[in-house]
Amino acid sequence: MSSADAAVSRWMGEDMQKRVASRYAAERRFRFFGFAAVALSVAFLAFLLINMAWKGLGGFTQTEARLMIDFPRSNLMLDPATLRGPQAQESVATAGLDGVLEQAAVAQFGEGGGEMFGGASARALGDQLIADPGLLDRKAELWLPVSSKADIAAKGDGDPAIEKLVAKADTKRLFNSGFLTASDATDPSEVGVWGALKGSFLTILVTMALAFPIGVMAALYLEEYAPRNRWTDMIEVSINNLAAVPSIIFGLLGLAVFLNFMHLPRSAPLVGGLTLALMTMPVIVIAGRNAITSVPPSIRDAALGVGASKMQVVFHHVLPLALPGILTGTIIGMARALGETAPLLMIGMRAFIASPPQGISDPSSVLPVQIFLWSDEVGRGFVEKTSAAIIVLLIFMLLMNGLAIYLRNRFERRW
Amino acid sequence: MTLSLALVAVLVVAAAAGLFARNRAIGLRGGSERLNSLPNYHGLYVGLWAALPALLFLAIWAPTQTSLVDQAVLASPAGQQLPDFDLARETILGEAQEIASGEREAGFNPESSALAPVYAEASAKYATVGGAIAIAIALAAAFLAMRRIRVDFRARSGVERWLMGLLVAASLIAILTTLGIVLSLLFESLRFFKLVSPTEFIFGTSWSPQMALRADQAGSSGAFGSVPLFWGTIFIGAIIAMIVAIPLGLMSAIFLTQYAHQTVRAWLKPILEILAGVPTVVYGYFAALTVAPLVRDFGISIGISSASSESALAAGLVMGIMIIPFVSSMADDSIAAVPQAMRDGSLALGATRSETIKKVVLPAALPGVVGGVLLAVSRAIGETMIVVMAAGLAANLTANPFESVTTVTTQIVQLLTGDQEFDSAKTLAAFALGLALFMITLVLNLIALSVVRKYREAYE
Repeated sequence: MSSADAAVSRWMGEDMQKRVASRYAAERRFRFFGFAAVALSVAFLAFLLINMAWKGLGGFTQTEARLMIDFPRSNLMLDPATLRGPQAQESVATAGLDGVLEQAAVAQFGEGGGEMFGGASARALGDQLIADPGLLDRKAELWLPVSSKADIAAKGDGDPAIEKLVAKADTKRLFNSGFLTASDATDPSEVGVWGALKGSFLTILVTMALAFPIGVMAALYLEEYAPRNRWTDMIEVSINNLAAVPSIIFGLLGLAVFLNFMHLPRSAPLVGGLTLALMTMPVIVIAGRNAITSVPPSIRDAALGVGASKMQVVFHHVLPLALPGILTGTIIGMARALGETAPLLMIGMRAFIASPPQGISDPSSVLPVQIFLWSDEVGRGFVEKTSAAIIVLLIFMLLMNGLAIYLRNRFERRW
Repeated sequence: MTLSLALVAVLVVAAAAGLFARNRAIGLRGGSERLNSLPNYHGLYVGLWAALPALLFLAIWAPTQTSLVDQAVLASPAGQQLPDFDLARETILGEAQEIASGEREAGFNPESSALAPVYAEASAKYATVGGAIAIAIALAAAFLAMRRIRVDFRARSGVERWLMGLLVAASLIAILTTLGIVLSLLFESLRFFKLVSPTEFIFGTSWSPQMALRADQAGSSGAFGSVPLFWGTIFIGAIIAMIVAIPLGLMSAIFLTQYAHQTVRAWLKPILEILAGVPTVVYGYFAALTVAPLVRDFGISIGISSASSESALAAGLVMGIMIIPFVSSMADDSIAAVPQAMRDGSLALGATRSETIKKVVLPAALPGVVGGVLLAVSRAIGETMIVVMAAGLAANLTANPFESVTTVTTQIVQLLTGDQEFDSAKTLAAFALGLALFMITLVLNLIALSVVRKYREAYE
């Protein structure tokens, strides 16, 4: 066998077949790794969402228990006449309903039965008394919301001692409408997201009112008018860099400039909105520039050709055509601002605020910060409330992102 | 009169002047000559002249007014008795301001209640002066602009000049923001470095910013060595998170661009992007409540008794998951930018698809991928909520992922939340950390952006 023969590849030989087979196997392995990476990422997402939903859905319900209260024989000093009067709320609040509840609960469930009901139960009892003052004259069987401890026990995750109590009681689970209409509170069974949601809404409104016009105008200038020189290069570099600066740095900027230098009110949606606007503006500029570049030059040429001024070309033709793209970018930027926590912590939005803000300069909380604050609480009742608030936040994020995708598909034109 | 009232007044003046000018321009119509510009432009021209100079004045006046009021209050008899010490004086002034605006009933310092009426009077006086000047400017400008309305007046060019000015101003805000960040961080950091030497901050290995209550207590100055913080930041953000995110993100991008069917890709890509859209506070909660206990139990089960429930691993893992879509979409872009001809050439030589990807596509896309990874690192080390909620506060210099480390962002949050006095080294340290963080991410971003840009140009 000569050396020339050895150099000739024998395509059908066993060696070659083996090598081809192993190369094909490597191909399949590689493909499998790719698939596994995607599958793993999607599995993480699914795990995260299911985990939150599982923990949080309980936060939307509240357990109620049936309690027999013998009003005439309890030592309750409450005049049915005041219940009909204008001071009904105050008289009920000072009547010592907690004691009545405790007495009735001990009578019905035995030793330690008082644990079953808390402050929220007393308030609910007060409301029922105001609605029907006639209750005071008889022995009545009422459905009352149970305390946070008993609520957790009824959902199967509490103290064994209380779980035994709950097992004795006649309970039902209702939708907890208070969670969507109340604000922060110290008792986990009374907390709600409305105050935080309203704060978030006001903050985003301020952000939107500032970042959208400024961002669009900056994008128009940079794309349509700016000459190529050092200044525009600097603007461009700083916009691209600002889009990647950590959000907490914007918080420090807000703290130093808006609070310490300009003395704007702490923890107000105004300051939060200003800070988030600085953060969101670069995102809108970048999205806006992409949308503006994708408008074909022929449209500009046609408008210039019939005598429009440069300004008219931009504001009458380019901007309306680019607007869907700009809006998509804006909504995505707003969604990011809605979920942002760190810069708002820096400007003092971490106080306990029990009433919803009335305006943009009132102290308020926002939903992500509320989640952060609740996650720090020790009470076990806060765990499901935190997850429930996360569900509310995620629903808003999904709605905004869905709207962005819808706008993109519906209005964006391919030229 | 408050300044917001003046703002409304200026806007009303501008709107009225604009409408009036528009009607006057309409009145000019009907003669032998045609109007040079449409009546609307005449109206806009006058309205812009009335509104913008006055608004600019208000924007400058508002911060000036605060310091003028402060000076007036300090010059008053009650104000002159205030302590000379800056910090105490500013606290009292702040309380007086809050009482004057009705935000609170009484301050902690008795002096502030006495100052409140002085404060209210001074701020009312200056607000009236400022508001009156603003309205006068608006009226004067409207009057002057109105006089120019004639048949042959080029109102449209005037409006366009104003618009152009607005566009330029809007684009300058980006530079102003950058400048504001740099200056505010630099200013506070310089004050910090007067208290703590820069060498201690940069090279010191012990971090315990808790100031003692009394000056004679041990360790009253606190220790401000930032090395453990930066190690923790790099360990979580640049090492553990990237070990998760780079392989998963890159392989996802390769699968979605090279293997997946068009419809599969159209579904999976947005789903992956949801991962990037989940708020970080949600990831933080997930890391602290679900992942951290799992990691701790796993650590204990493989015999690491020091496994902490605030381990670096838990925070890093979750941060890695958050970064996956980021790496994947950057890699996606740079792989898509590799010319099809290179791919076809390799396939035509008989290479399999995976060989083409590994030997041709990836090397060609490498600069873009590296740029994307750098951006991802910059994002990971600046990420706050995950580490605040899941990583610890103990400044350990350790390479054991089951132990607790702390990060720069965690410490910034820790230093600035709680009781703040704005002159203590503890508060100022947060700004020094912020400056360092800003510098690091700036360098990473600039390198990454220039790499990505250069690479794009190469194939276009």
